[in-house]
Amino acid sequence: MRNKNMREEPVAKKILIVDDEPNIVLSLEFMMKKEGFEVAVAGDGDAALERVAGFAPDLVLLDVMMPNKSGYEVCQLLRADPARAGLKIVMLTAKGRETEVAKGMALGADAYVTKPFSTKDLVAQVKALLA
Amino acid sequence: MYRSRLTTQRLAAIFLLGCLLFNYPVLALFNKAVAVFGFPVLYAYVFLAWLGFIVLVALVVERRQD
Amino acid sequence: MLSGWTVILASFAYLGILFAIAWVADRRADQGRSLIANPTIYALSLAVYCTTWTFYGSVGRAAASGVGFLPIYLGPTLMMVLGWSVIRKIIHVVKANRITSIADFVASRYGKSQLLGGAVTVIAVVGVIPYIALQLKAVSNSFTILAAAPAIVMPAQHSAVPLLHDSALYVAVIMALFTILFGTRHLDATERHEGMVAAIAFESVVKLVSFVAVGLFVTYGLYDGFADIFARARALPGLERLLTTADTAVGYGSWATLTFLSMLSVLLLPRQFQIAVVENVNPAHLKRAVWLFPLYLFIINLFVLPIALGGLMHFAGGVDADTFVLTLPMDNRSEGLALFAYIGGLSAATGMIIVETIALSTMVCNDLVMPLLLRRDWFGLRARADLSGLLLTIRRWAIVAILMLGYAYFRLAGEAYALVSIGLISFAAVAQFAPVLIGGLYWKGGTRSGALAGLLAGFAVWLYTLLLPSFAKSGWLPADFMTAGLFGVELLRPQQLFGLTGLDEIGHCLLWSLLANIGAYVGVSLLRPPDVREARQASLFVDALRLEDAGRWASGGGTTAQVSELLALAGRFLGPEKARAAFEQFARERGVALARLTANAELVRFAESQLAGAIGSASARVMVASVVEEEPLGLDEVMNILDEASQVRAYSQELERKSRELTRATADLRDANERLRELDRMKDDFISTVTHELRTPLTSIRAFSEMLHEDPRIELAERTRFLGIIVGETERLSRLINQILDLAKLESGRADWTSVEVDLAEVIRAASASLSQLYKDKGVALALDIDARLPGVMADRDRLMQVMINLLSNAVKFAPAAQGRVKVSAGGTAAEVRVTVVDNGPGIRAAERETIFEKFRQGGQDVLTDKPRGTGLGLPISRQIIEYFGGRLWLEAPGEPGEGARFVFTLPLSTGDNAEQEHAGGASGEEDTDRGR
Repeated sequence: MRNKNMREEPVAKKILIVDDEPNIVLSLEFMMKKEGFEVAVAGDGDAALERVAGFAPDLVLLDVMMPNKSGYEVCQLLRADPARAGLKIVMLTAKGRETEVAKGMALGADAYVTKPFSTKDLVAQVKALLA
Repeated sequence: MYRSRLTTQRLAAIFLLGCLLFNYPVLALFNKAVAVFGFPVLYAYVFLAWLGFIVLVALVVERRQD
Repeated sequence: MLSGWTVILASFAYLGILFAIAWVADRRADQGRSLIANPTIYALSLAVYCTTWTFYGSVGRAAASGVGFLPIYLGPTLMMVLGWSVIRKIIHVVKANRITSIADFVASRYGKSQLLGGAVTVIAVVGVIPYIALQLKAVSNSFTILAAAPAIVMPAQHSAVPLLHDSALYVAVIMALFTILFGTRHLDATERHEGMVAAIAFESVVKLVSFVAVGLFVTYGLYDGFADIFARARALPGLERLLTTADTAVGYGSWATLTFLSMLSVLLLPRQFQIAVVENVNPAHLKRAVWLFPLYLFIINLFVLPIALGGLMHFAGGVDADTFVLTLPMDNRSEGLALFAYIGGLSAATGMIIVETIALSTMVCNDLVMPLLLRRDWFGLRARADLSGLLLTIRRWAIVAILMLGYAYFRLAGEAYALVSIGLISFAAVAQFAPVLIGGLYWKGGTRSGALAGLLAGFAVWLYTLLLPSFAKSGWLPADFMTAGLFGVELLRPQQLFGLTGLDEIGHCLLWSLLANIGAYVGVSLLRPPDVREARQASLFVDALRLEDAGRWASGGGTTAQVSELLALAGRFLGPEKARAAFEQFARERGVALARLTANAELVRFAESQLAGAIGSASARVMVASVVEEEPLGLDEVMNILDEASQVRAYSQELERKSRELTRATADLRDANERLRELDRMKDDFISTVTHELRTPLTSIRAFSEMLHEDPRIELAERTRFLGIIVGETERLSRLINQILDLAKLESGRADWTSVEVDLAEVIRAASASLSQLYKDKGVALALDIDARLPGVMADRDRLMQVMINLLSNAVKFAPAAQGRVKVSAGGTAAEVRVTVVDNGPGIRAAERETIFEKFRQGGQDVLTDKPRGTGLGLPISRQIIEYFGGRLWLEAPGEPGEGARFVFTLPLSTGDNAEQEHAGGASGEEDTDRGR
């Protein structure tokens, strides 16, 4: 019964939100918390790598255009780390060109979401990836 | 070369002057029954003009190449 | 006492002296020490122009018309002035093409046409015959008169004298023999006769001295000087008119006509052409001749009028004025002087006859007889070994024939005219050569048929209007030919052709004949373009002075003709030794032995020119062609090939040029394409960046809106906060869109801002005031330090406001909260105002001081993560605005420690009208003037 309960109430999945736009971070944080995820935030690439180490997220929502390290670089570094093999990466970008989508996918992102995004679709995609 | 062209032009100008001097109407100016120093004025004019003309031509062509 | 025999003896003695002089001169020439290579000799030999016409005839003319004898000498004076260029050019042409006579010249000019050469020869012979008759008449009359001394007896009508008793016949025969001895002893390829020229120069001296002696005798012996003669003449009625011209249009017209006619004759008479051109040793000799020959004419004419007046007063009728030179000394018992005068007259006649008949016989032989003989090949000439003997024979017979024709004319028509009138008939005939000769020298368009048509038309008119009337006047043609016209048609009266009256007979003939001549020459020439050969000859003649140094016109072009064949050919006409010597000389000049000489176009041309000297250029061409007839490439063909080759070359040059142009155009196109692609890439980048900047606030707006929309249970405080964010991001979006539009306008140059005088201090204060709340909120102190006398600037107030707000809001953004300090200082220099905005924030790295003015490049992104975000367009737009108004905006290094970013902009002073005008942009001209500068 207890075990069952344990299984029915799984440990909350952890999501790291990386973006340099405070308002976007705020909205994503609110959204993900409401869906029951454990959330951490980072404002740029370097901070993101730090948080990944400390927080050990299951999924990263990663903005592409950031100061210091771009989302592509962060993605590449994370994928190069065998310890993070199971980590899901969702790239977020305001640049919607085909080439950039292809680049993100080639670097090992699991999904690519164009800003401005539909909150429902994003939540659905995140859930699908973590299922 | 240039000197020679200049001579040619000078002679052409002298030629035109000659055409003027030895024809009507300049000739008519002297065509009078008047004598200067005993010479009929027309006779005196034609010969003097002729001589002057020859001297002018000689001066132009015989000028030393300077 | 002078007996007939004394006179005959004196005559032969004189001829003997001439012969001796010629013989010496020829020997000297053979030794290479030419007697005549002297400009004075050349000028004196030109005086062959003065014949018995001058010696006897001028006095006759003066007795009839006073100064009317002068135009005949003024014309040559004028022509010699032109001679400097015209005669010099002809001499160059003649030397370069080995031309031997005026007929050869015309034939050669129009494509070496035998027909044309023949036509010129016929015209020359027919035209000059009256002139020769004139000499015969003068010599025989002077002999007759002198032989009858001391009585003054005018010679009887020659036509009344039996042929064998006519002294003129013997004169003609003796002259013919003398000329044959003189001029045709040997054959010279250049047709130059040094001995003859020397003798002619001597004769010129004799006739001048003789005439001047008579003049002095009359003027100072019989009378008391010029003034005395003129004074006495004026006293006599009838003589006075001789001292003026007939003051009428006809008088002056006739004067001008004679001047013009003699101008042409001094060049075109065969003997003048012979002496002035063919016998010319050195073109530089012209330099003296152009004034010395006229001076000779001047001197010989000085005494003409005094002798005429003296004779008229002395004899008072009964004595022919043409004989005054002789009869005045005779009648005054000066028999020695009379004999000297006779010798002078004889020298004038012999000079003329020798040169004229030699020139004519050369023409007859080279341009008339030889072409016919060669064409028909009656005597198997082409195969004959040595033709030089034949050539000499032809010339000798030609001389005899010409003199006999002269005598015949004298018998038929000579009595009806005075000496001068006979001479003028010849002058008018040779004037017909002027259009084809002068035209051919300066106009390339003349053609063979044009030249022939012109010559024949002019000659026909001359025959009809001058020569036939001279027969009619002598009774050899019906008189009604003159009065009623041909076939009784009045319009065709020979000396009032088409009813033209008011001109003397010479002027009348000259007008119609030259009109017909020039008209036909030009008209027919223009019917077709010159063919290859005519064009080649035209260029050789017209461009003679230019071609002189240009060297040979054609080299190369192989021929199968053997050197030996050409040598043999030349030998047949020149004599074998002479030909061989010439060829050896040719070989030596090229540094090869005769045996090794190759038969190329140059040699063919050399052979042709050698032959041209002997038989004329037209015949030479035929002869050389007969030797080289298997030659695959004729000269014309060579010319054609050259022509084609040059066309091909021009065509390929054209192609090359086009291909070069194409290459250049391609390169231009590639560059333009590159620029376009670069622009396209920049535009893509810009759009991509703009898209990103627009999507960022949109993302926040959409996210928060959707959350609020879907979850009504969100707490009020959160809700308010989210809505605040939405409003803020919406404002940011609007601002961004406005700035992008501003930028687009600025970059396309379509910003149409007004320029008025703006009080910058007021703008700074207003901008500070509008941002004072923001500064207060963040706790940043704003200090203004504005020069009280800050001058105005020309700008748009709203735009300056935009710049100031941008700088101030940047400053407050980066200034630390609570301790922030921002200082604005403004001051002026002589030329500009300078505004500085300094904050105490983190500052901007030196490397970024320029890049922050790039679009969408935001500064301080590494230090600010939670600050209100700019659009990244504020600074680029501010810089564009300041530059639009003629100023500069830049970032300076911090002035003192603790300073952050230090932005500076300058604007030019509005120094009156200039600045105003400069920025007014569309100011119209009206406003300009209204301003009343």
